Amino acid sequence: MALPGEFTLASRGPKKPSRTDGRRPPAPASYPVRTEEDLLTVRHAVRAATVEVGFGLVDQTRVVTAASELARNAYVHGGGGTVTLEYPRDPRGRRGLRLVVKDEGPGIADLDAALTDGFTTGSGLGHGLGGARRLMDEFSVRTGPGEGTEVVVTRWTVR
Amino acid sequence: MRERLTRALHERGDEIADRWVELQMEQALLDTDIGEAELREEADALIEALVPGLQSGVPVDRVVTSSPGLHEAVVGLSMRRARAGATPTATSLAVLALKEALLKAVQRDTRDAEELFASAVFMNRLLDVAGALSFETYVDGREEIIRRQSQQLMEQSTPVVRLWRQVLAVPLIGTLDTARTQVVMENLLQAIQDHEALVAIIDITGVPTVDTAVAQHLMQTVNAVRLMGADCVISGVRPSIAQTIAQLGIDLSTILTRATLADALAAAIKLIDGPGPDGDEGDGR
Amino acid sequence: MTGQPQPGVPILRLGDVLVTGLLNELDDRTAILFTEELTERISAEGARGVLIDISRLEVIDSFVARTLMELTTVARLLGARVIVAGMRPPVAITLVELGIELVGVETALNPEQGLAALGWRQAPQPLEGARRGTAR
Repeated sequence: MALPGEFTLASRGPKKPSRTDGRRPPAPASYPVRTEEDLLTVRHAVRAATVEVGFGLVDQTRVVTAASELARNAYVHGGGGTVTLEYPRDPRGRRGLRLVVKDEGPGIADLDAALTDGFTTGSGLGHGLGGARRLMDEFSVRTGPGEGTEVVVTRWTVR
Repeated sequence: MRERLTRALHERGDEIADRWVELQMEQALLDTDIGEAELREEADALIEALVPGLQSGVPVDRVVTSSPGLHEAVVGLSMRRARAGATPTATSLAVLALKEALLKAVQRDTRDAEELFASAVFMNRLLDVAGALSFETYVDGREEIIRRQSQQLMEQSTPVVRLWRQVLAVPLIGTLDTARTQVVMENLLQAIQDHEALVAIIDITGVPTVDTAVAQHLMQTVNAVRLMGADCVISGVRPSIAQTIAQLGIDLSTILTRATLADALAAAIKLIDGPGPDGDEGDGR
Repeated sequence: MTGQPQPGVPILRLGDVLVTGLLNELDDRTAILFTEELTERISAEGARGVLIDISRLEVIDSFVARTLMELTTVARLLGARVIVAGMRPPVAITLVELGIELVGVETALNPEQGLAALGWRQAPQPLEGARRGTAR
């Protein structure tokens, strides 16, 4: 299985030694979100991953917070799910961290409303989805009534 | 053909490297501080990498890109040129000059016109790829430099200065977009923590226009400062900007604003020495 | 990290002010227990002020933010003023970008200034300016 990041790299021909620092990116890892303790575990894992990728302190906090919001959404609204961490690299050679948060819950009926601040059906401030979108560089969501929800967010390092 | 070239590289490696360096010096387009010694080092490395590349058996026009050592040598050379400020033309020409140096070496071994022609074609196919790769790397390298410089410029152009005990100021110059706002917030909040500052003055004298987006970014910064437990004063609000803000219906009413930095400093000192920012009056002040 | 029930967050009492701090590993259950205990203590001890040191918190998501806002509202209803002190810069930036303003929650740079705002001072007010300027 190839990382999405490796596709973009491959399409540019052979590896560029000047860009890589010799280390291969870690393999993607999945974490279950079934209990409240799992939320803490996810936060730990994401924090460690942001350090590994080389994010600064503010970016680390952004990504961990976004992960916390999304994992909590999956736990509260999706009846549990998984968080998968991936380590993509963009065509310019920047490293990134991608979170894929999936649940098999009832799905989001009105996505636009869910992305509006203050919209909540659970215990938060209703900033989960919209907030995660603002904290990350890339955001996409696939959902529908009865289909579960998959949110994919990515943040890139500055250089 | 490969054997002939490999042999030439083996037997006349030094000669080729010399000639190549010479050609590059002659081109004089290389108006940089890359010295002869460095050029020679590059030449040796590249020529050394060419031999295993040629022996690998891949089609000639893919030798350069598929041989790791060779690829690295070309990329490294181009990157150094990009960093040293050479022009892209000079960079490509430098790589292509190797053709001439190689051909000259082959010429010493054979006088057969047909063979020489075949050698020339072979070298063209081999090294045109290197020229293209060099150009591409050069462009990438410059882009990387530009990206890094603009980041540095952004960080340097938002200095946080200490104006008074527990009063900091950030003079903003230019537009306030999202990236800039993030840098300003990061620098300002860190400085507030370091200096235990109670008031931060954001001076927008150098901000040409304030639209809704800029106002939103200002609000974000003010909110972040308040979350830290400090307060904010915005100074340098020119009449034209005040009008724009009013016309756009932007609500900055919760923020203390002043026309000049001096007024803002006076207001800041009052905030500190007067009743605390939390309004704990009752101490007879 | 484990599922062990954590010991409650310690709440100290300084006169009519309650002083407490949140640890980084704040899970939902601890947060809820903390709110309940603090509410009870405010009511039982007639506290007029509450200082919460959050300088150890590395992440504040919307759940923790909501907990802090609710706590502030409840305390105010019980006659106590809440000050949240020591928020880290990255946390403040992230909260603002999340779009959370912590409406109604008072903040202070550090616990000392929070306590000062709640009426605790090392010296009478007139001397304070001098103290700030010299002895640090």
